[in-house]
Amino acid sequence: MVMKESYDWILNRLPYTEPFLYVEEISYVNDKGAEGSYRFSPDAHFYKGHFKNNPVTPGVLLTECCAQIGLVCLGIHLLGKETKLENITIGMSSSQMEFLLPVFPGECVRVVSELVYYRFQKLKCEVKMYDEDDKLVCKGVLAGMIDTGNE
Amino acid sequence: MLKEEKYQKLKDIIKIYLPEDVAVTDIEQDSHFMNHLNINSANLVDIVLDVEDAFDIRLENEDMEKMQTVNDAMAIIDTKLAAK
Repeated sequence: MVMKESYDWILNRLPYTEPFLYVEEISYVNDKGAEGSYRFSPDAHFYKGHFKNNPVTPGVLLTECCAQIGLVCLGIHLLGKETKLENITIGMSSSQMEFLLPVFPGECVRVVSELVYYRFQKLKCEVKMYDEDDKLVCKGVLAGMIDTGNE
Repeated sequence: MLKEEKYQKLKDIIKIYLPEDVAVTDIEQDSHFMNHLNINSANLVDIVLDVEDAFDIRLENEDMEKMQTVNDAMAIIDTKLAAK
């Protein structure tokens, strides 16, 4: 039996917390990409305002979810286990997204990212988000700077 | 490749990443990428990657650290091309 690799060390290093943590589970992370999932809680506060009487998950949060799973989890893996959490500084530098389907309250989404490059502290990925029926919800290219600051 | 040709090639790459408040004509040999041309660190990486493709060279972390001005970039390109 193959033991499923634990990615808790990555989850523990994510520099986010509620109400802005958009990673629930990581299915895999390797040098080429990452996959993980997140369920948008039907009680999330933003559904009250987006939109009036018609709750739909905002595109910026789908982008954020793609970035946290696809870019940041992958970035932490690439930096390696030895890196101390307090030394990690990150920032999104560009995002180019296309949105194809709405995500409603309570839906679980799956994000798959593929590394484009990681050089000179810049991490660029192609990301895709799927809904529970494996239909493509959004896709795009995200990039960010991720640094350990101890050089 | 002539120096002028190299400089032009480099300028053509830089201009793609200039912010809206900086004009191509603002690019001088001694321009500092971040301080004068307002290019951020993320776009500086893009410039380096484009330079690598355009000149068929590879830059290392220490080259990146040295690359502060347009002149620095020219010098690094020359060194890398000479070492080929």
